[in-house]
Amino acid sequence: MENSTIVNTAFDTDHEVRAQDTICINESHLTHKWYHNIKYILVGILFGIAFVKAEIISWFRIQEMFRLQSFHMFGVIGSAVIVGAVSVWLIKRYNVKTIYGEHIEFHPKKFNKGQIYGGLLFGLGWAMTGACPGPLFAQLGTGATAVIAVILSAIAGTWIYGYFREKLPH
Amino acid sequence: MLEIIKQPWPWYIAGPIIGLTVPALLILGNKHFGISANLRHICAACIPAKVPFFKYNWRKEAWNMLFVVGIIIGAAVAAVWLQNPASIELNPKLVKELAGYGITDYESLVPAQLFSLGNLLTIRGFLIMIVGGFIVGFGTRYAGGCTSGHSIMGLSNLQWPSLIATISFMVGGFIMANIILPLIMTL
Repeated sequence: MENSTIVNTAFDTDHEVRAQDTICINESHLTHKWYHNIKYILVGILFGIAFVKAEIISWFRIQEMFRLQSFHMFGVIGSAVIVGAVSVWLIKRYNVKTIYGEHIEFHPKKFNKGQIYGGLLFGLGWAMTGACPGPLFAQLGTGATAVIAVILSAIAGTWIYGYFREKLPH
Repeated sequence: MLEIIKQPWPWYIAGPIIGLTVPALLILGNKHFGISANLRHICAACIPAKVPFFKYNWRKEAWNMLFVVGIIIGAAVAAVWLQNPASIELNPKLVKELAGYGITDYESLVPAQLFSLGNLLTIRGFLIMIVGGFIVGFGTRYAGGCTSGHSIMGLSNLQWPSLIATISFMVGGFIMANIILPLIMTL
């Protein structure tokens, strides 16, 4: 198991391209039938309900957060990070495997200037639209159909970034 | 029970649920939590146009697109069956400020007075929806992640570049909400 994992990663150039400019990635080396992905819909449903019920997707809550008028959003993000960090530590400490018995992989992320330039740009957009990418999709789910325009524009922004990526300072 | 669930959830319930998404996705299949990458997968699947950044096997990331499908379904479930009958409770200072811009409708989590297809033709609506959306998409990819990828997954894995990205998100947000947005709102 361990050996086959190492052999597989050595020449996986598709993984390299997928890992460009992203944290969220499929690190599994296994291939499954499509229906194995259904479980991610279920996780998404729980996540989406929490997004709406805690009013994280509210434009108003984001305005409060950036005006330091409420602790709510800081509490949500802060407690999510603490729970996430303890979980990741436990996974590493006890070498917890996936349900398929695969070793859970973590790759360190390198610093580049994009994290500052892009981060500032995204921050500006976050306060304008009152939503980061996750909440954008959740807003659509609550029936706010005008958000389709925001999502399409975000897709266009991503495309333009990809097109000019090599010319931008990193 | 249902009456309690219908109330707005406090941060100490919602935050840990969101945090638990991190180990859930890792244990279910070595998947690293994040959402903005889906905007890229949509580009890769629909309009790759020979751009190297979009030339990869996006089907490997189909799990994440389905995760987003789940978010949309979950949000619909919450909006239809778990809706809080009362309006959102906000800091009175914000309510007063927004009233000055003509925002008085608190029925929906997304203010209908700002986000409507008709407003796309106004300068204010165009800036907030189209320009705002564009820099969310451009900025998250340039930064290599959004609030989910950097601020939750990255920080959970103690990655200092993610901390720099998170600080940058917050700085950008503070500048927009306190300095630029008040100007846009008066347009």
